[in-house]
Amino acid sequence: MQKFEYVSPTTKEQAVALLGENWGDVEVLAGGTDLLSLMKDYITTPRRVVNLKGIAALSGVRYSASGLRLGALATFDDVLSNTAVRRNYPAIWAAVEGVTSPQIRAMGTVGGDLCQRPRCWYYRAGYGLLAKDETGHALVPDGDNRYHAILGHNSGAYFVNPSSLAPALIALAAKIGVYGPKGARQVDAAEFFRAPGGDGEREYQLSPNEIVTEVLVPAPGGMKNATYEVRQREALDWPLASASVALKLTGRNVGAARIALGHVAPVPWRAGAAESALVGKAVTEQTAAAAAEAALADAKPLSRNAYKVQLARVAVKRAILAAAG
Amino acid sequence: MAEYKWPEADKRVHLGKRISRIDGPEKVAGRAKYAYDINRPGMLFGKIVRSPYAHAKITSIDTSAAERIPGVRAVKIIQGPGTEIQWAGDEIVAIAAVDEGAAEDAARAVKIEYERLPHLVNEQDRSSIPDSALIPTAESVVGDPAKAFSEADVTVEGVYGNEVITHCCLESHGQIAEWTDENNVLLHPSTQSVSSVGGQLAQSLRIPAGNVHVKMDHIGGGFGSKFQIDRWGVECANLSKLAGGKPVKLMLERDAELTVAGVRPSIRARVKVGAKKDGTLTAWESETWGTGGQGGFGTLPVPYVWTGIPNQRKNQTTVKTNTGPARAWRAPNHPQVCLITMAALDDLSAELKMDPLDFFIKNIAMTGVRAKVYEEELLKAAEMIEWKKNWHPRGEGGAGPIKRGLGLSIHTWGGGPHASDCDLTIHPDGAVEVKMGTQDLGTGTRTVLRIVAAETLGLPLDAVKVMIGDNRFPVSGSSGGSTTVGGISSSTRRASTDALNQLLAKVAPDLNAQADQLEAVGGRIQVIGDSSRGMTWKQACAKLGTQPLTVRGKQPGQGTLASSGVGGAQMADVSVDIETGVVKVNKFVAVQDCGLVIDEKTAESQVFGAMIMGVCFSLYEERIMDDRTGRVLNPNMEFYKLAGIGDVGEMKVHFMKGPGYDDRGVIGLGEPPTVSPGAALSNAVANAIGVRVGTLPMTPDRVLAALARKGGSNAKI
Repeated sequence: MQKFEYVSPTTKEQAVALLGENWGDVEVLAGGTDLLSLMKDYITTPRRVVNLKGIAALSGVRYSASGLRLGALATFDDVLSNTAVRRNYPAIWAAVEGVTSPQIRAMGTVGGDLCQRPRCWYYRAGYGLLAKDETGHALVPDGDNRYHAILGHNSGAYFVNPSSLAPALIALAAKIGVYGPKGARQVDAAEFFRAPGGDGEREYQLSPNEIVTEVLVPAPGGMKNATYEVRQREALDWPLASASVALKLTGRNVGAARIALGHVAPVPWRAGAAESALVGKAVTEQTAAAAAEAALADAKPLSRNAYKVQLARVAVKRAILAAAG
Repeated sequence: MAEYKWPEADKRVHLGKRISRIDGPEKVAGRAKYAYDINRPGMLFGKIVRSPYAHAKITSIDTSAAERIPGVRAVKIIQGPGTEIQWAGDEIVAIAAVDEGAAEDAARAVKIEYERLPHLVNEQDRSSIPDSALIPTAESVVGDPAKAFSEADVTVEGVYGNEVITHCCLESHGQIAEWTDENNVLLHPSTQSVSSVGGQLAQSLRIPAGNVHVKMDHIGGGFGSKFQIDRWGVECANLSKLAGGKPVKLMLERDAELTVAGVRPSIRARVKVGAKKDGTLTAWESETWGTGGQGGFGTLPVPYVWTGIPNQRKNQTTVKTNTGPARAWRAPNHPQVCLITMAALDDLSAELKMDPLDFFIKNIAMTGVRAKVYEEELLKAAEMIEWKKNWHPRGEGGAGPIKRGLGLSIHTWGGGPHASDCDLTIHPDGAVEVKMGTQDLGTGTRTVLRIVAAETLGLPLDAVKVMIGDNRFPVSGSSGGSTTVGGISSSTRRASTDALNQLLAKVAPDLNAQADQLEAVGGRIQVIGDSSRGMTWKQACAKLGTQPLTVRGKQPGQGTLASSGVGGAQMADVSVDIETGVVKVNKFVAVQDCGLVIDEKTAESQVFGAMIMGVCFSLYEERIMDDRTGRVLNPNMEFYKLAGIGDVGEMKVHFMKGPGYDDRGVIGLGEPPTVSPGAALSNAVANAIGVRVGTLPMTPDRVLAALARKGGSNAKI
């Protein structure tokens, strides 16, 4: 294997100084639940690995009147054991609970969840992020795409974003804290992800020399929220589709709604049409189903994944009902 | 001449009780050493370069760059230029290096050029398979099926199937091999055949059969895929030789394990069955196909169990694909044919508007010699799952999106004993040892040996030391086909009986009795029924003087201690979310006969394991091949899905015991309970949702597709 330099900085300033100008030169290590397998499978072969776990400022889960701060190094166990998260942000709590592996909960981090790479089996077998064979033929559209995207794949990226937290963070209007050579900045969770146009690109709005430092979630302020994941197994299993919903009720009716889907597109998918369909109406089985219908109206399933359209509709409907519940 | 038989029920001390496996504590504590755990001084790491293509001819191989990588100690070409490769993952070059990193680097530095050839890796769509890939077998006809179908009141036709699955051993295949001198090899394999794998290796290495010493304490799963030394075993020993005899560890990586180390063939079938309106089954017609790689599978026993259906027409075709080869998988072929048979009959009972339990029992005579057993087992299983209370006609699974249903199946297996030699030694200090070249696959073999010896010698369990897993011990058969427990218990019973008789003869004069008037009970030798005329086991053994007593017991041998042929019934209670297609197992019951049960607890564990594997292949497992690249897409534990503990539901096991069962002697149990789960779960899902999900695994896409065909309530949420 390629030899690499392993560095453990103790401040974020040191960390970003160690990062490279190009993706792939340097990889960032937090929980390692994804990076280790990427390296073992030669999907990434960095010359340096920067371990962030020595940076105390990136840890912790803190809830206050102004909202919730999840440090990038907070583990899934840290989030799950926080009663304020469970009480105020059930959308986040349920998304984390859906990762049913005790090992990943113990090691996996908030920042790692957002920056993990796609699980597309062609990508993981070495055919590149956009999954093409040596002739340049795209493998996903006429290959086995049962777990691939049903929305947002016009750019040629057919994988689905694997983040568990992202749909909930988008529904809750969270911001992602980023730090780089030019200092700190914040990105709306809804703007953080992107569909890459080439194999050398990444699926998020970071420069190669930036790191995620924290996630800031606004105070719930009466936003009722929930996540529903369609997973086949209780054992660790990627959701086939998921949805996170945050609703502000005005009397019986929905005053405001934010809805995001997971595992359906190369990015976590904000469902504006579903939000519009719901606003001004009381939440019922029928209005939830209509919103779900609207969320998937533009779905373009591939050859083998039309069933995911149905699963995504169910996720949206059930998340709306759970949030309102 | 000694009489060899099992003790009567009222005389059994250990036999048939619930006894915890004797190697449980060391396994739980992590002290149990598997092949994977063995590290030898100076050990090298082996690695295999595999074909990335499913069908190709090797045109050139250049290993020079690999040989120059620091730490590389041996490079060997396994299949040279000109060889036609028939599946992706096939072995081309073997490498040994001082660490895994160097071995991996060297593997990547090997330059192999191929001429790509067209491949076929999927056989789901029969119409797209070229004739050259089809191996048909002759049609088989019983009675007059055409007439029977024309006279049938009710006929149903369905398409059923099960995808290819792998063995997915949690400890992958592999071994550590080392040349201890220029003529002798020490082998630590992960094998189901301790007594024979050494001879296989010796033959390949052209050294005398006795020159390979095999040692294995524990194995992390085999399921029928670990009987042979395998090419990687031979090459591991070759690498060791090339490296001057240094130990080489070569264990398959997970992706290789799931690609080349064995699969269970798929099955696809179009089945038509007919009956009279009173429910009498009259006719069967089936056309089956499937693939197990390049090789085929034997003639499928179709219709399964219901061999007495009076009119039958059967066709079978094997499809040759460029995929990893098939190996025996727990009850080879049975789970697949059980599925297509029991599902077709269940569909027929639904068409007849009959409860399938009533339908099965009405026709049970068509199952032949074990009809009575099946009937008893079905009734017992029905009681355990409260069939009559919980069953409903197909599709009436309740209001709301979660539908509940029940399904059933019956199955059979042989399970007769394999050949086995056992040495039982009684030492003058009273110590007892059982030695045998068998292996404990996790089935409880060690525990059974201890129980049988202790029972026979009238001793507590911990008085018996069990030594297995070494080919220098007396030869015992491979653990496959549910043959082990009958073989090893019989040879041990005979060895123990003979050893005891010799001991009794030694001590009889001291007790003023004839040997045949003595018994061994409660750690004593005494006159039968008279505890005042006896001595302790230790005192008795002291009469041996200085020489231990060793007796060889054999299977086969005098008397009948084991037999063959069992039946079983399973019933499943499932819930199906018809909006998502997700299936959950609520409760799953198994009723099984296996003759005389030696240890109820380990026997029950064996059935639980079979049921769990059954849930896995019914709901989750499938090897997914990519048409274009010809590669396995899910050679990992992420998308090659197995059940977790939260997925298996409540499981209950009942053994048929007592008169009519115990007196048949010991019968193997590994395979039979693995056969029915697919059928029982498929039938339960059909009962819940009102339509057949034809192909296993019943994943959400397949369940939703079945519902859509029915025009079910899921068309929109």
